[in-house]
Parts: sequence; structure tokens; C-alpha cells
Amino acid sequence: MATTPSRITGAEGRGIVVRGDEIDTDRIIPARFLKTITFEGLENHLFEDDRKQLKERGQTHAVDRAEFQGASVMFVGSNFGCGSSREHAPQAIARWGIKAIVGVSFAEIFSGNSTMIGLPIATAAPADVERLMAAVDADPSVKCRVDLATKTATAGPVSVPLTMPESMRSALMSGDWDATSLLVDHYEQVENVAAGLPYVSGWN
Amino acid sequence: MARTLFQKVWDAHTVRVLPNGQTQLYVGLHLVHEVTSPQAFAELRERGWPVRAPERTFATIDHIVPTRAQSRPFADAMAESMTDALERNCRDYGIKLFDLASGSQGIVHVIGPEMGLTQPGMTIACGDSHTSTHGAFGAIAFGIGTSQVRDVLASQCLALSPLKVRRIEVNGALRPGVYAKDVILTIIGALGVNGGTGYAYEYAGEVFDRMTMDERMTVCNMSIEGGARVGYVNPDRTTIEYLRGRTFVPQGAAFDKAAAWWLGMASDPGAPYDDVIRLNGADIAPTVTWGINPGQSVAVNAKLPQPDETPAGDRAGLVEALEFMGFQAGQPIAGTKINVAFIGSCTNGRLSDLREAAHVVAGHHVAKNVRALVVPGSQKVAIAAEKEGLDQIFREAGFEWRGAGCSMCLAMNPDRLEGREVCASSSNRNFKGRQGSPTGRTLLMSPAMVAAAAISGEVVDIRSFPVRETATV
Ligand code: SF4
Repeated sequence: MATTPSRITGAEGRGIVVRGDEIDTDRIIPARFLKTITFEGLENHLFEDDRKQLKERGQTHAVDRAEFQGASVMFVGSNFGCGSSREHAPQAIARWGIKAIVGVSFAEIFSGNSTMIGLPIATAAPADVERLMAAVDADPSVKCRVDLATKTATAGPVSVPLTMPESMRSALMSGDWDATSLLVDHYEQVENVAAGLPYVSGWN
Repeated sequence: MARTLFQKVWDAHTVRVLPNGQTQLYVGLHLVHEVTSPQAFAELRERGWPVRAPERTFATIDHIVPTRAQSRPFADAMAESMTDALERNCRDYGIKLFDLASGSQGIVHVIGPEMGLTQPGMTIACGDSHTSTHGAFGAIAFGIGTSQVRDVLASQCLALSPLKVRRIEVNGALRPGVYAKDVILTIIGALGVNGGTGYAYEYAGEVFDRMTMDERMTVCNMSIEGGARVGYVNPDRTTIEYLRGRTFVPQGAAFDKAAAWWLGMASDPGAPYDDVIRLNGADIAPTVTWGINPGQSVAVNAKLPQPDETPAGDRAGLVEALEFMGFQAGQPIAGTKINVAFIGSCTNGRLSDLREAAHVVAGHHVAKNVRALVVPGSQKVAIAAEKEGLDQIFREAGFEWRGAGCSMCLAMNPDRLEGREVCASSSNRNFKGRQGSPTGRTLLMSPAMVAAAAISGEVVDIRSFPVRETATV
């Protein structure tokens, strides 16, 4: 995580398609890999159990497919990142090399956590997500782009409109996505609010 | 103007509106545990920031704690180093830590309420999605990620966007054998696992009015499984009486003042809601999950859904879940053989849960080939249960009686499923791999139903289970 946040306007590169709905954070990064006091190396365990189970059945998870190595934009289904609040999940995805995620819908804590680490999360209509996925599946080498300024995602010839909360978009684009510095400013205002709360100031 | 509790708490804690449109919200209570905090403390050190309000910050260890051999150093070196890091961080920054030697250690969402740290009208944050539990008291409690833990440590504030409020009204009376767990599983089943996205859930109506605080906590705990980051019940006399006399609650005249303020935070009559949902309490049955998310559940006497009677959007999920679980569409859930029974977690690891379960197991014995364990949610729960002799009832019935912690709710400690084991569990998540074996299977249900399943070796309807009435629990 950068100490001086930068402006994030989107992402560009190859795409990776991770199909399925309700992919929870236990699947993105299983709990046993949370036994760490840093976020380092989490990318090595991204989707680990899903990958192993597919392998046993002779199939290959997207993250293991040669054509998706080095991808920058991830395409996912609905309610992606539900479950545990572990920031280890977006950390693992970002550290694997992903610079933006486009999906049908995301769990709230997951999208908040992603924004906090400068990873843009955007949604598109289910049919549009499907078209983006199909374009990448058809030719994994196509250029994919997420553009926060125009709120569009492209995958080769396909271009679709994106939706994302304005607060998230402006935080990323202005470089304010790391809110800590803003929050620590003007602490006297915080103290004023605290003083107005009887459970802080005392019940007398 | 009439306001909801959510709006009142939000207004009272608003510091300012940030340039990106989010609200800077003051956090009244910050709870910290070993898993989601080390990276936050590391960044604080790196940036040279102090912890702004150590007196409003409390820590415990729960996720990685072994529930059997608890002497230090822990056998698992990584668990030891995480504990060590938390101890050092709390010492360096002057934060109160409820460690294993304190007598007050336990699951963060169990110990906050039981010590009276959790109070109505507060904003509460914790790096854990089940922080919604604390909403049972009429607090607005947010589960947050590690970067936000850093924010709260450094500023005692969060940058958040306001939520909409959905009132979920359940009236009528619950039938015998139906517990708080069944109520929330039914709500999640009805509204969907992402139905609550963008909402705070306000649980209201006769069913919640009559519930104990423990039961309200069970309901609010699982709000997040329905996609709602926040869930709450308006404070009432039940809330006040629960809090009276607890360690961190004011005493004497100050208590009366506090109680008046707390009650005043409840939603006003006529407050505006973004959505209202009504359910009938009498329609709720003992409920069991059969799939890989908490919305995939059925009444214990019902059959698993068929693909052709499932909405098109849920069909792929149904097929995936059936395949993972090794179940057939249309099969009954009752009679499903289990290998493991787990009673515990922040959902159902409180004294009243253990009482219910003990009442069921008294005079029976755990079925052959079933591994059964009871893990109290906190050291205080364990001590109180032992005083009542519940540990004896469980032990005599063939359950293991463990020390407090998260245990088999998520496998970050030695308690876990092996291989394809099926576990009847009183916890909150049935995700693939959640209980430690990537192929392990979880059936969520009330603690009483877990107890009955442990005895029977299979999923059974608690309503027809022969509870020994002679049992004195
Ligand atoms: S008991 Fe389970 S859900 Fe609750 S805090 Fe522990 S791991 Fe999380």
C-alpha cells in the first residue's frame, strides 16, 4: 500500500474471466492463509482451494490458465466478495496483478476494502458483463480497459457502460482513496462531536 | 421530524462531509482482534501516527486461539506470532487487551456485549463482518477491513456512505422448536444473500420485541449473511435490564440518565423507511441449510429444491451447491448423516445457547462415529456454564468441552473438518472450505438442532426429538 496515494483513472491490459456467482472471500483466500501479520505472498494462494478442486477433476481454474497470466482486468459474476470482511481478499487479487474488477455486483465490504487499497470495482448490466467475458474468452489476448472518467469498460471490440458509486469514483480519481490523511486532519472537529456524545463526555 | 435509530446515530456521530461525498463518522467503540489488525498497526508505525483514542479501543484474541491446549507458546508458531504481535501492539499503544489470562477473553462479539462495552446509540467498528451482532443493542455496528482498522486507530473515524434502512417486521408468535437462528435463516432465505446490499436492517415487531438479548444478537449477527452490513433492534426495557450492572456500564444515577438516552435513540413512530418487509412468525419452521451459502436453506421437514422450480438466476448456484454437497435435488434434508457436531461461534455460543443444547442432550449420548464439540463463546460463558453443570451434561453425553474461541467456525486454529465430513453447525457460514477442509460440508442450524443431530447421527426435526423432561437444566 502506497503512503502517498496516487490518482487512479482506470486500468488497461489483458483480461481474466472468473465465472460464478456468490464467490465469497473464503474462496478468494481461504482462512488458513490469514495466519500472517503482513499481506505479503497472499497472491500465491488466490482461489487456492477452488484451483485444487478443479485440478482434481481435470479442469483448470482461470488463475492457472496460461493465457490469463499477467492479466490486469478481472471479470466476475454477482455478489462477488461476499462473506468475511478480510481485506486479504482484495489484497490477494491486487497482488496477483489485477488493477480493476468488473462484475455484475459486489458485496459491500469487499468493494469498500478494494477502494481503500486503490483497486477500482465497477458493475455493469449482467448481459454486458457476459459480452465482456465472451470477448475475453474468445481471444484472451484482446486489450481490456476500464476507464473511470468515461465510466466504460472495453474488451477488444466490446464496450459497455459501467456503474459505480460516485464517492468511490471521485476518491480514486482525485487520489483521496486513502482516506486516513483526510480523517486525521482537523481532529478538533472530531473532538467536538465526541464531546456532544454523553457516553463519551460522561453521564453527569 | 421522525427519524429512525440509524438516522439518529448517524447524525449524532457525523463529523463532516468529505470531498468525495462520504461522511466522516465518529466511532464510539473500536474492537480489535489478532487477524485483521497487525497490518493496520504496522502502517501506523510506518507513518508515525498515534492511536487517537486508546481508551475507546479494546482487543481480544479469538480466531487463532486453540481451544484445547491453551498454554503459551502455542504449538502453532504462526498463531503464537500473531498473538505476540497483538500483545505488543496493545502494550505499545495503551490498548486494553482481554487475553487468555484475563478471565474475559472470548469471541470479540460475545465479550463486547457481556462486559457492557456495547451500548445503545453507539457507533461500533471492528475488523470483522459479524460486527453487526452489536446492533442487537441499538448500536450501529460496522464490519470493516484492515485499511479501515488503520483509519479508526489513527482518527477514531470512518469514511462511509449512508445506508438505506429496511424495516423487517415479524409479528405473531414463534412455534415451539423455532429459535432465533431459524428466524434469521428464514429472513435470509426470503430476501437473498445479497438482498441487503446498501441497507441497514431494522428488525422489529412482536417476535423481536419478545426476544432476549442473546436471541437478538443471533439475529443481528447474521445480517451480513443477507448482504446487510448493519442490522439492529431498537433498544427497549429488555436492553436496559441486560445492561444494568455490567462492568463498563455506568452505575446509580448515571445509569438512569444513560437508560433515558438509550431509549430515546429508538426509531420514532412514523419514521421513514426505504423499505418495509413483513413476515409472519408462525410461518417460520426449524431451518437447515443444505448448500454453500446461508440463503440455501429449507425447513427441516421439507425437501431440497428442484432446478425447474428454482428461479432461473439461482439455478446455476443450485446445481453447483448440490454437486459440492453430494445431495440430490428433491431429497429430504432430515435423515442426512453427519460426522461432526459443532456448538459455538459468535452466532450461537452464548450461555442461553448452551442451555438449550444441554437441555436437548441431557440423558442421551452422542451417536457412534459422530465427533461433537461445545465451544463456549467466552471465558465468562464457560465459567457460568460450568457453574450450572452444563459442561458435565455435555461431557456425559459424549461431547468435548473446550476453551473459548472461534474454533470450528472458521479453521484458523486446530479445530477443523477433515475430508468430506458433514458438520451440523451452530455457526453462520456454510461456504466451501469454511470449516477448514476444502471439501468439507456444513449444515447450519440452531444449537438445539445441532444437539439433536449429534445424538441421532443425522439431521432430525427438533419438534419430534424426545427431550427428557426430567432433565434439570
Ligand atoms: S465465531 Fe466465526 S464468525 Fe464469529 S468472529 Fe469468530 S470466526 Fe468470525
